Amino acid sequence: MIDQETALTVAMTLTVVGLVCACIRLIIGPSRADRVVSLDLITVLLVAIAAQLSLLYEVAAYLDLGLAIALIGFLATVAFARYIETAPHGKTPEEEPTQLTSTLQSVKAPDDQSVSETP
Amino acid sequence: MSESLITILLIAGGAFAAIAGIGLLRFPDVLMRMHASTKAGTLGVGLSVVSVAIFFKDDLVTTKVVLIVSFLLLTAPVAAHLIGRAAYRTKTPLWEPTVVDDQRDQSEKP
Repeated sequence: MIDQETALTVAMTLTVVGLVCACIRLIIGPSRADRVVSLDLITVLLVAIAAQLSLLYEVAAYLDLGLAIALIGFLATVAFARYIETAPHGKTPEEEPTQLTSTLQSVKAPDDQSVSETP
Repeated sequence: MSESLITILLIAGGAFAAIAGIGLLRFPDVLMRMHASTKAGTLGVGLSVVSVAIFFKDDLVTTKVVLIVSFLLLTAPVAAHLIGRAAYRTKTPLWEPTVVDDQRDQSEKP
């Protein structure tokens, strides 16, 4: 039987694997609903991280942190769900540019204009 | 006895958390991703938090653990329902091989 510290290390590693997967899904999208779902999973997994921290440092106060994250995460999810339902969406989610591409376009835009404006 | 129980609960909780993340990453559809994250994620967190209650053997800690678990179990379906409804109403594309969509069939009837 493996001892408790090893089990805690394994559990934290597995939880972080789940968090990293959720972060990748948060970045690649593709729709707004996907991003809200991954944010929901991130807040839920942070409660698990808080519980594992309270085992690691043997401080029960970390559970309060978990309780607060659970409460706030639910409200955030509800607010985001209302947002993606009521937000104006002229474009389909596939055509919606991600933050990075839109930033790149805004960076590139002045160059294109200066090139086109010079006769 | 309690140490081995904590060990089992911790590893099971971590495994379910990892499964939830991998499912969120690998499934092809918003609704399927929600299925992975909501159920496996909630179970993983619940197991991890229960192991804390067994570790401390304290009334206050146990109360907090019961609060966290009951709150997660109460709010996860509500949040999932709201996200799923929003995703469907904004016409988020379903998986290509999907054959049955009762809501769409009903709304298309004359």
